[in-house]
Amino acid sequence: MTTTVEKSTTGRGTVPSAPGINPGADAIISIRNLRKWYRVGGGFLGFGKKIYLKAVDDVSFDIERGKTFGLVGESGCGKTTTLKLLLGLEVPTAGTIYYEGEDVTTMSKAGRTEFRRSVQAVFQDPWSSLNPRMRVRAIVGEPLEIATTMTKKEISGRVSDLLNEVGLNPYQANLYPHEFSGGQRQRIGIARALALNPKVIALDEPVSALDVSIRAQIMNLLVDLQEQHGLAYLLVAHNLATVRYMCHDMAVMYLGVVQESGETEAIFNNPMHIYTNALISAALPSHPDIQREEFLLPGEVVSPIDPPPGDVFMTRTPLEVDPNHRWANERPPLVEKEPGHWVVETPWSMAADAGLRVELKNLEGV
Amino acid sequence: MAESTETAVEEKKAALSDTVAVDTDGFGVSAISDEVVLEVKNLQTHFTTRWGTVKAVDGVSYNVRRGETLGIVGESGSGKSVTALSLMRLVPSPPGHIVGGEVILNGRNLLDLSEGEMTAVRGGEISIILQDPMQALNPVFNIQNQVGEAIKIHQGLKGQALWEKVVDSLRKVRIPAPEIRAKDYPHQLSGGMRQRVVGAIGISSAPSVIIADEPTTSLDVTIQAAYLRLLRQIQQEEGVAIVFITHDFGIVAKMCDRVAVMYAGRIVELADVRTIFNEPMHEYTKALIGSVPKLEEKTGRLPQIEGQPPLLYNLPPGDSFAPRSQLEFTPEEAERRPPLVEIKTDHWVQLSRSSVAEYDKYAHLMPAE
Repeated sequence: MTTTVEKSTTGRGTVPSAPGINPGADAIISIRNLRKWYRVGGGFLGFGKKIYLKAVDDVSFDIERGKTFGLVGESGCGKTTTLKLLLGLEVPTAGTIYYEGEDVTTMSKAGRTEFRRSVQAVFQDPWSSLNPRMRVRAIVGEPLEIATTMTKKEISGRVSDLLNEVGLNPYQANLYPHEFSGGQRQRIGIARALALNPKVIALDEPVSALDVSIRAQIMNLLVDLQEQHGLAYLLVAHNLATVRYMCHDMAVMYLGVVQESGETEAIFNNPMHIYTNALISAALPSHPDIQREEFLLPGEVVSPIDPPPGDVFMTRTPLEVDPNHRWANERPPLVEKEPGHWVVETPWSMAADAGLRVELKNLEGV
Repeated sequence: MAESTETAVEEKKAALSDTVAVDTDGFGVSAISDEVVLEVKNLQTHFTTRWGTVKAVDGVSYNVRRGETLGIVGESGSGKSVTALSLMRLVPSPPGHIVGGEVILNGRNLLDLSEGEMTAVRGGEISIILQDPMQALNPVFNIQNQVGEAIKIHQGLKGQALWEKVVDSLRKVRIPAPEIRAKDYPHQLSGGMRQRVVGAIGISSAPSVIIADEPTTSLDVTIQAAYLRLLRQIQQEEGVAIVFITHDFGIVAKMCDRVAVMYAGRIVELADVRTIFNEPMHEYTKALIGSVPKLEEKTGRLPQIEGQPPLLYNLPPGDSFAPRSQLEFTPEEAERRPPLVEIKTDHWVQLSRSSVAEYDKYAHLMPAE
């Protein structure tokens, strides 16, 4: 069952650095200047302005070995598109994904196969992500059948081990998905993702469709599996409390662009961008006596179709925007404001300038 | 130096207050009166299925006062949504039947009314805001028609008076430029705006009770925050009682005055929101609150509830939480159906040795079998 090839981790020389990247990181996945633009209209026979929906626009980050990287933002911010790009479900318009320091688009065929085996996914909705006509044995065993030369007997043994590992009973391998509850189905999805001994698992809202009492079970299972197998996770979530619990590093996205990124605790302890503060202030408290200062940004999330050429956040800021300022006409970069904590800094993006800093206080003695 | 920057920031903040809604204490104190507007007594709603009778709501009792928000929390299958539909008499039948109990709204038992009388009450004295605004609105009618329909039925308004009332309702839910928006169709509005329109229909006839069935589940966090604030503002302006159905303890912490925790069709704990968070008694309540990660601090490993929510057509005869309880008890002790007991003033707990750790302290309150 050794499908993974041991590789030196010093191949990082080929990966360029970028704003928002911690140079000391032991990255297993590096994403650089990733873009996904969908053409939605305009232009004719090469004339005229083409109009693009910029779902992901110049996103760079590293996923470190054995750690969790979280992507947060509201719907339409490009977090799920980024995850699909990593999984190869979408083809990037521009930019590069590096796996173990190697560009996946120029990899050898063997390298690509290894990349595909090493990066797996668990999806949000365990009702629609499992084929209702396949038994659990077939669902979990399918990747092994396709990607390995294991015999039926070996696969059967491996499926039993996997089910054990995710907290299911091996005898349940003969059942169909509809015979399971939501939490159990998500466990089946996790077992399938683990089948090929991956190094990275992309988690797309893995608990948001589950019952409250089941969420902690699944989150704890994911944390345990990470420790046992040294897995790296890319977690896409909209719930900030889940991100704080699960993630080592994170990025806050708005309209396809990373607005703030860095170590999770650094961001929660000192959120700098107005948008990050707005998200935190809107998040629900964990106790009725926690009264957070709450502010709402003017307007609603604007369409990612044909966004402004400059700072995408400038239409939502409560501060005044100088239309002649450089960052109103050109995309501003992430700036390292404290070690390992990056933010898009413009005269209208910093929460401290607006007096809108949110302090996350916990109740004493609770 | 530090002081001067602070004042500068304060000034900026004051200057900004026109553009950004800054709310320092979250919400104002709600004005709850002692007047009970809705009383539910021993409500039982059963469904006939091929696996047997499902007791979706199995003897639920509570009351709601004017201006109060009662949270009903539970997981899927706990009966929280069926409770709401039962109040509106909207349980699909067959297979569902309200087999017992009373729903007393403003002194009248809704379960005794004829279907015609109930139509007048529905959307009039009591209205409901559903989870998915796209499904609650008809895509082929514009907003004016849909808000107007409810007003026409319940208040008999026509022409200019109807139009003014429609615009007024849209204004109440803070829809910008209501005169123009009223002509729009649902697909032309964002998710948050659609949910506001549903809210406008809900409040248009000045109901005594609004049932909000997970109204923000499909919304983004910032839109959710704005919507919750709006509901609270409307409540203060109109003095309406809200029954807020949710699975999210964050919403409970933010919105509710009192909370009923439901499990397997029954209320297992009912108390003031601070009591629920500070001194939960039932193991299920404790576990639910404890198993949610906190935004305010990085927590260690989350405590988790073992097992799965029960199947309603195959409930254990006594305490339905017993199979998931970590307490020590004998099988006989879990067999008796636990009664809902008032252990302290206004703090009700479904009392049993299998689900309440401090059972011995309150055992003397148990009614005789």
